[in-house]
Amino acid sequence: MEPTGPRRDQPLSAPAGGDELLRVEELRTYFFHRGTTVRAVDGISYQLNRGEVLGVVGESGSGKTVSGLSLLRLIDSPPGRIVGGRIWFDGQELLSLTEAEMREIRGNEIAMIFQEPLTSLNPVFTVGDQIVEALVLHRGMTKAQAREEAISLLARVGIPNPAERFKAYPHQLSGGMRQRAMIAMALSCRPKLLIADEPTTALDVSIQAQILELMKELQRDFRMAMIFITHDLGVISEVCDRVNVMYAGRIVEQGTTPQLFTSPRHPYTWGLLDCLPKIDEPRRQRLTPIIGQPPNLARLPSGCTFHPRCPYAWEKCRVEEPPLFRLPEGQTVRCWLYEPSRAEAPVRLIAREEIEVRRVVDHRPLLEVQGLVKHFPITRGILQRKVADVVAVDGIDFTVNRGETLGLVGESGCGKTTTGRLVLRLLEPTAGTIRFDGVDLRSLKGDQLRSFRRRMQIVFQDPFSSLNPRRTVGSIIAQPIEVHRLAQGREVEERVRHILERVGLNPVYANRYPHEFSGGQRQRIGIARAIAANPDFIVLDEPVSALDVSIQAQIINLLQDLQLELGLSYIFIAHDLSVVRAVSDRVAVMYLGKIVELADNAEFYGNPLHPYTKALLSAVPRIDPARRGARQRIILPGDVPSPINPPSGCRFHTRCPYRFTPCDKIEPRLRDIGSGHFVACHLYDPEFAEQAGLAGKAVPATEAVVGSPGQG
Amino acid sequence: MTDRDAAIERAELTTGVSPAVAIEELVSERPESPWRLTWRRFLRHRLAVVSAVFLLALFVTALLAPWIAPYDPNAIDLQLAQFGRPASPSLAHPMGSDQVGRDLLSRVIHGSRVSLAVGFLATGFAIVVGTVLGAIAGYAGRWVDMAIMRVADMMLAFPPLLFLMAVLVGVRPSALTISLAIGVINWMYVARLVRGEFLTLRTREYAEAARAIGVPTWAIIFRELLPNAMGPIIVAATLSIPAAILTESTLSFLGFGIQPPTASWGNMLQNAFTYLRDYRAWWMGFYPGLMIALTVLAFNFVGDGLRDALDPRSRID
Ligand SMILES: Nc1ncnc2c1ncn2[C@@H]1O[C@H](COP(=O)(O)OP(=O)(O)OP(=O)(O)O)[C@@H](O)[C@H]1O
Ligand code: SF4
Ligand code: SF4
Ligand SMILES: [Mg+2]
Repeated sequence: MEPTGPRRDQPLSAPAGGDELLRVEELRTYFFHRGTTVRAVDGISYQLNRGEVLGVVGESGSGKTVSGLSLLRLIDSPPGRIVGGRIWFDGQELLSLTEAEMREIRGNEIAMIFQEPLTSLNPVFTVGDQIVEALVLHRGMTKAQAREEAISLLARVGIPNPAERFKAYPHQLSGGMRQRAMIAMALSCRPKLLIADEPTTALDVSIQAQILELMKELQRDFRMAMIFITHDLGVISEVCDRVNVMYAGRIVEQGTTPQLFTSPRHPYTWGLLDCLPKIDEPRRQRLTPIIGQPPNLARLPSGCTFHPRCPYAWEKCRVEEPPLFRLPEGQTVRCWLYEPSRAEAPVRLIAREEIEVRRVVDHRPLLEVQGLVKHFPITRGILQRKVADVVAVDGIDFTVNRGETLGLVGESGCGKTTTGRLVLRLLEPTAGTIRFDGVDLRSLKGDQLRSFRRRMQIVFQDPFSSLNPRRTVGSIIAQPIEVHRLAQGREVEERVRHILERVGLNPVYANRYPHEFSGGQRQRIGIARAIAANPDFIVLDEPVSALDVSIQAQIINLLQDLQLELGLSYIFIAHDLSVVRAVSDRVAVMYLGKIVELADNAEFYGNPLHPYTKALLSAVPRIDPARRGARQRIILPGDVPSPINPPSGCRFHTRCPYRFTPCDKIEPRLRDIGSGHFVACHLYDPEFAEQAGLAGKAVPATEAVVGSPGQG
Repeated sequence: MTDRDAAIERAELTTGVSPAVAIEELVSERPESPWRLTWRRFLRHRLAVVSAVFLLALFVTALLAPWIAPYDPNAIDLQLAQFGRPASPSLAHPMGSDQVGRDLLSRVIHGSRVSLAVGFLATGFAIVVGTVLGAIAGYAGRWVDMAIMRVADMMLAFPPLLFLMAVLVGVRPSALTISLAIGVINWMYVARLVRGEFLTLRTREYAEAARAIGVPTWAIIFRELLPNAMGPIIVAATLSIPAAILTESTLSFLGFGIQPPTASWGNMLQNAFTYLRDYRAWWMGFYPGLMIALTVLAFNFVGDGLRDALDPRSRID
């Protein structure tokens, strides 16, 4: 083992020949703000071969995006500047090129796609025109040639009716379609390198699966190298050949994908892997978070930047910064545990606490919902004439028992949030009954309802918009106590301090304002507000979706602890099926305003029945490098249909691989097919059993791909 | 004991609070408060700062007018204005005198009281009424919104000067009545602005959280959301003061405003009109006019400065 640390004193080496496309040496990009220096990228080195896919993984703020933008020299200056390093790309050193030469490279040789295509597509031009422009500019085509090529590119990235969509403006496309259009644009000049920055993060799982599939396929066909930036280790496992793990602007571990997942070396990598809820592991009481939060890049800790959060840290870590050590297997690790002079090999602690689920579920329902319906009218003109309805929730039944968590999953727009708001009566239902502890909520009026609200609370997804920026944290948490007159004067303060401590925040924070906190801390404040009035029931609307994985695990643990301690019942709304597995007693799946399947956690994940559930579960990217490519995946075609005019019969029939005769005419009811496993699908209806048997055996009835991706 | 436990214990020993907190404490620093940031942004606006200083001086002058003004503003001195000829500026009377020998500097100083009083009163009235109605309309929506905004639209359709003159023919014009009248024709602009703010504010999750807690509706509107709309309201107020001052001057100029002998910049300007023609007494109009212009400009600059300073998107680098 030999350290491969900074080598600035050595002569510049010429780029190696052969297959190497990109070599980055000691790249540093800093931002200068009001006298402080933010070291967003602080000396990263790596290389990339032609046709190879490199993953860059790390929490938000670790410098992933800046490192990508730096390759294209797209750093806003001021405040940013690339202050050092070399970027060898295909025999050229990019940092020494003129701006004009660099423009030739951008889009032509290196292309980049972003998380939110809306911000990178120009809203006032049609998608087609933007691709045509790129083609004319970079590939010297005539307008007519370019038009033809653009249409074939749109077709190539799987956009139906490409000639039609050519004329669409970006906002007229769905998220998935926009990302496809963005990819088409990036590919228009056949770049040698594509940098993809969280390209699927904003998308639903079924759409993410489509886009990942598409990107892998295009990457193979075009023999393009790719840098894939993501925070999702599952995605890394599915698409990347090699991985850089970044922390606080540095690469802390580098290796092949199988190495990273089968023999990770860096304590941070261990932490990342341990804190993830896994979709193929049964429910546990607690996850293993990484303690603390990512450092402030303007004030990095001394020595190893990870030491304040590292369970293995010792004196040396606090003082001296570790170099990159190269291990015999070829991995490189920035950690003193791997110093060659150390005698014993580092031992990874058994991190996962094997605590079984302790549950106090009382089988008397606390919340009973029947036939719940919510339509949002769409009105036109000054007379506010109703022209149509958005069918957000369309007749759903479920119960939540005392002390239980009901997980509610489904893709964006399926009505999860609306359901949560309806049961709290923050929205008026169009129809249906809601009973809470035996009381019909819809019969409560005015003051009665207000005092009832003490018992039901909500935690929101967005930790930024859910706290009033003009109130101190203390007054935010005191509000429910004061509204319901649970305490007076000093006693209120006392309770606020106690609650702050309970959610893991320092009580002295009570007189600070929300903007002084990080996302994870704000979510703790939101939880503190929700529990302040001793409720029985809390709707958690995507409480961890906006958080980094290490923080996500902290919050999930907190919620589970509070549930046991205070005997709370939860509805846990999420789109992440792994998170739902980790927290729920029972799980319900929604599709276009309907519950299509509802079952006990183990049953749901072990024996999913509804075709939509099966597809969703199979679409989740998994950390499973060994079986990569061998796994059968159901990739659903198309987007979720509009809730304004939902499909007839079974709403899923337009995308269902098993669709058969009755599906587009008769609506399936949610039926108990035994021991509390509810499914709404004709395949499981005895009435259609015969036809269903045929359908089950037959080739899927739509163009759905049941393929084995990732080979090649 | 695992190393992790040891790390946690170390953290607890050093700070006495839970480990997550301890470490957050170690790595995070307090960002600047929003008000300090706003203040720093405002200070960068040179013109706004100069204007603010000017306005401050003007307030002090108006407040202390009886002590600062060298003469009684209504004292007639026929020696000075012989045969009704306005005296031109001199050392004793830096702004000259009018046709009956009243000292113009003293009249300008006293006139500032009327202008500022009308500016603030009228704006105050428009802001209070407009904010309350706009907030209710924006938050409640549906028919409440419809009703309030239709009334506002109707009032906007009235020609404002005509309305004012009609009202002021009926009542005795004083600073108070003029202010109320100007307020009545201006609250609609404020209501529209505030309604717009509330349309977005009511969808904020913290509004929903307040509802979920059981906070009464009036408290959600005025205690939760209103503080978050204060930025635009303050800007609107700063910009509507000069408009009210101009309206008052116009009214006085047309003879519907403050009645002589009480000095107001507007009626001084009107009075100057005849003597400018007959005696070329430019000073009679120039100084009141200059004060109107400077005051209006200063308020506008301060308003612009505040707008930039309160806009969370504008940054300091
Ligand atoms: N106030 C409203 N007016 C009109 N339509 C609405 C309104 N609120 C929600 N909708 C529509 O109702 C449908 C269901 O929305 P809902 O927010 O419940 O979905 P969701 O499952 O929570 O989605 P996400 O995962 O994106 O949070 C969507 O089509 C949405 O556009
Ligand atoms: S160098 Fe020390 S603190 Fe840093 S990761 Fe390694 S053991 Fe942890
Ligand atoms: S009812 Fe038909 S279309 Fe619907 S999920 Fe079942 S098989 Fe598919
Ligand atoms: Mg939602």
